[in-house]
Amino acid sequence: MSDFGLIGMASILIAGLTIAIGSVGPALGQGRALAQALQAIAQQPDEANTITRTLFVGLAMVESTAIYCFVISLILIFANPFWAAVQSAS
Amino acid sequence: MTLSPDTIEVFAIGPWTINATVAFTWLVMALLVLVSWWVTRRLTAAGDIGPGQNVLEAVVVFLLDQIREVTNQKPEPYLPFVGTLFLFIVTSNVLSVVPGFHPPTGSLTTTAALAVCVFVAVPVFGIAKLGLRAYLGNYLRPSPFLLPFTLIGELSRTLALAVRLFGNVMSGTVVAAILLSVVPLLFPIVMQAFGLLIGVIQAYIFAILAIVYIASGTELQERRARVEEVRQ
Repeated sequence: MSDFGLIGMASILIAGLTIAIGSVGPALGQGRALAQALQAIAQQPDEANTITRTLFVGLAMVESTAIYCFVISLILIFANPFWAAVQSAS
Repeated sequence: MTLSPDTIEVFAIGPWTINATVAFTWLVMALLVLVSWWVTRRLTAAGDIGPGQNVLEAVVVFLLDQIREVTNQKPEPYLPFVGTLFLFIVTSNVLSVVPGFHPPTGSLTTTAALAVCVFVAVPVFGIAKLGLRAYLGNYLRPSPFLLPFTLIGELSRTLALAVRLFGNVMSGTVVAAILLSVVPLLFPIVMQAFGLLIGVIQAYIFAILAIVYIASGTELQERRARVEEVRQ
């Protein structure tokens, strides 16, 4: 297989796998965090402001791992350095 | 489709080409300055305040409340820095619904610059509050062996701050562009509305994380001092 085909195939496959596997963990974590926060708000409605703010900050922290995966897969598809190297070599 | 507004050249001043990121950053800055100047030109303490002053007062009071709740300190010293970060990010994120506007926060250069601002602000506020010795002492607590991890933590949270904002804003524009080519009718509008929500939440999160980091640089020592006071 030519270099172009190989790099293109590997990039697309890995990009899909990256976002697929990388979103499972954060999704589970966010669901768990949200469930716990809802439970906490149900038990202590007075503290809803603090809980919501902490929840948002925590969700952002958890979500950033998924965002890293997304950025990596975008780099693989749209800004692949190996692709550019092969293109300039040929 | 462009991933980053860095590659779009808007105009050139002499030997320098100004790309879309810089141009739209200037636009947002000019907008913020002009609106603030125009509203604060005729501030009044009378009963009937204008709508502009009302909005600005609500924003400032909201920011002061948030900072006070997070830091448990007087919010005024932190308001200029954190408030500017929040207003800049929220303005550029919200303006992304305007056709032809590329949000400057959708470029890694802008978000990296903002994150570096936070990275520098943490020791500046910490030293200003605690003094150089006490601030540096914070790094050696609870144990000097943890120093490398503290330093890595400082760097990695700066990187996370930059990539999080960039990833969220950029994913919004990319998803909108992809949807536009797949289902051009109505559906992109829903995603744009969702993107507005994401943009405001991300601005809020960026500001809150900045103030959390700054507070962690100024608070640790204080708590210890309070404990020692109680002990004596």
